[in-house]
Amino acid sequence: MNQFEQTLQPLAHKTLAEKLYLVRFKTDTESHLKVDPEKCKPCKDKDCIYICPAEVYKLDEKENIVISYEACLECGTCRIACEFIEWRNPKGGYGVCYRYG
Amino acid sequence: MTDKFDCIIIGAGPSGISCAYKLAKAGLSVIVFERGEYPGSKNVSGGVLYSTVLNKLIPEFWKDAPVERHVAKRRYSILSKDSEMAVEFCFDKFNEPPYNNSFTVLRSKFDQWFAKKAEDAGAFVLTETVVDDFIWKGDKVIGVKARREGGDVYADVVVCAEGANSLLAEKAGLKKKSTDHQMISAAKEVISLPREVIEDRFNLSGDEGVVMEFFGDAVQGMIGSGFIYTNKDSLSVGIGCPISVMRENNMRPNDLLDAFKSHPIVKKFLRGGKTEELSAKMIPEPGYKNLPKFAANGLLIVGDSAGFVNPSLYREGSNMAMASGIMAAEAILEAKESRDFSEAGLAGYAKRLNDSFVMKDLKRYGDAPEKVSAMPQLFKEYPDAILEMAKGYFTVSDLSKEEMQQLAKNNFKDKISVWKFLWDMYKAKGTIL
Repeated sequence: MNQFEQTLQPLAHKTLAEKLYLVRFKTDTESHLKVDPEKCKPCKDKDCIYICPAEVYKLDEKENIVISYEACLECGTCRIACEFIEWRNPKGGYGVCYRYG
Repeated sequence: MTDKFDCIIIGAGPSGISCAYKLAKAGLSVIVFERGEYPGSKNVSGGVLYSTVLNKLIPEFWKDAPVERHVAKRRYSILSKDSEMAVEFCFDKFNEPPYNNSFTVLRSKFDQWFAKKAEDAGAFVLTETVVDDFIWKGDKVIGVKARREGGDVYADVVVCAEGANSLLAEKAGLKKKSTDHQMISAAKEVISLPREVIEDRFNLSGDEGVVMEFFGDAVQGMIGSGFIYTNKDSLSVGIGCPISVMRENNMRPNDLLDAFKSHPIVKKFLRGGKTEELSAKMIPEPGYKNLPKFAANGLLIVGDSAGFVNPSLYREGSNMAMASGIMAAEAILEAKESRDFSEAGLAGYAKRLNDSFVMKDLKRYGDAPEKVSAMPQLFKEYPDAILEMAKGYFTVSDLSKEEMQQLAKNNFKDKISVWKFLWDMYKAKGTIL
């Protein structure tokens, strides 16, 4: 394939995991996001699972919320969608570190 | 480090740095706390910086600043599942300085440059440092609690420039937590492409750039939009919708972004590209009547944390942020002269805001999101019907042109009440233009 043909190739699809792999993170050992399992249990919508651009919130087999805070893009969307998510900024210098932004 | 400054600024984004620059130039001692590894490391913008304010602060900044392209072209489009209606504006005049004061930028690079300017002017920018709280003395803010050893730092006045996710302003009771109607959630990819390909594909020459906005099926017919902005050798490609709308439709932002990128019309713009980074950010659109209090004793709020974003088609955030930062600095200089940093002493800030384009535009456009949300048909039924009618109009067939046009018109009228359509267009025009 010559150079010109290369510029006509469709943009390769990347899964969310693959996209997050491209983002630079400096990972803290402690989560800056917390949920209260007691408040999550009766919650029917569980919007956190949908609304996060990095899909940081997932359900485990026992229907508990598991938080992959390591891949948090720090937009704050979850905090607006759910009143019970406890958000504390990650330690200084930690968390997402955009190279382009 | 002395533990008392003239001014503490929380956040090294456009509003905080503008304020720091202005104050440092005037000889005040200023410290800026930034929680990221470097200024801009937590920051994302759709991509366009309007620069009327910056160009006054640092004349001809574009000669020195890492801007990507100046915006000489704008393209607006509505999409249905497989069709597009677009209008493009090109202004050759905007290819000359000051380039219509609009540039695409990548914030991680731009913010570092801007923060360096403030440092050169004498401000102290301390990165990797989170501020967790204000220090109060009675009803007056007298400093901040930084998360590090000996982290209590004091100042005559604190400027809160923490951005859209405003934990501190809420904690201080200056601002209610935004509702999901008042916040846009946006996700973006930076997609690299060779410079020559961008210039060829988008019909640009040199550092000329284009801003493209897509409505309708760009975000599955929901309220919101998709965008492509050209950088030097990459594209900023993203979507944004009110959080409330995404919740109602159980939509995942990343799925919306992928759907936008793979729309048959959009995907042709992205050919040959390579995704370099995913980012996400909230954009505040609180509405004029929900703007927070801008000042308290010893405290001012600027930029996104104050909700200074023009939500209309102009999409102006960084420029308003810089304007607010500079007005805050001017008010602080006044307060310093009278040695009064109380809310009354800092009243010059609100006065300047009110007299400027910031509050005038927010007054005019601030309620646009609310009004638009009452007209979801603008984003789904109308685009679909218009494009269907246009398709009928342009479809080549054996019918006479008159018959074809009649069919196309009838098709439209079956779906849409023409009078309601015209009325909605009239209302929309007053709201977003």
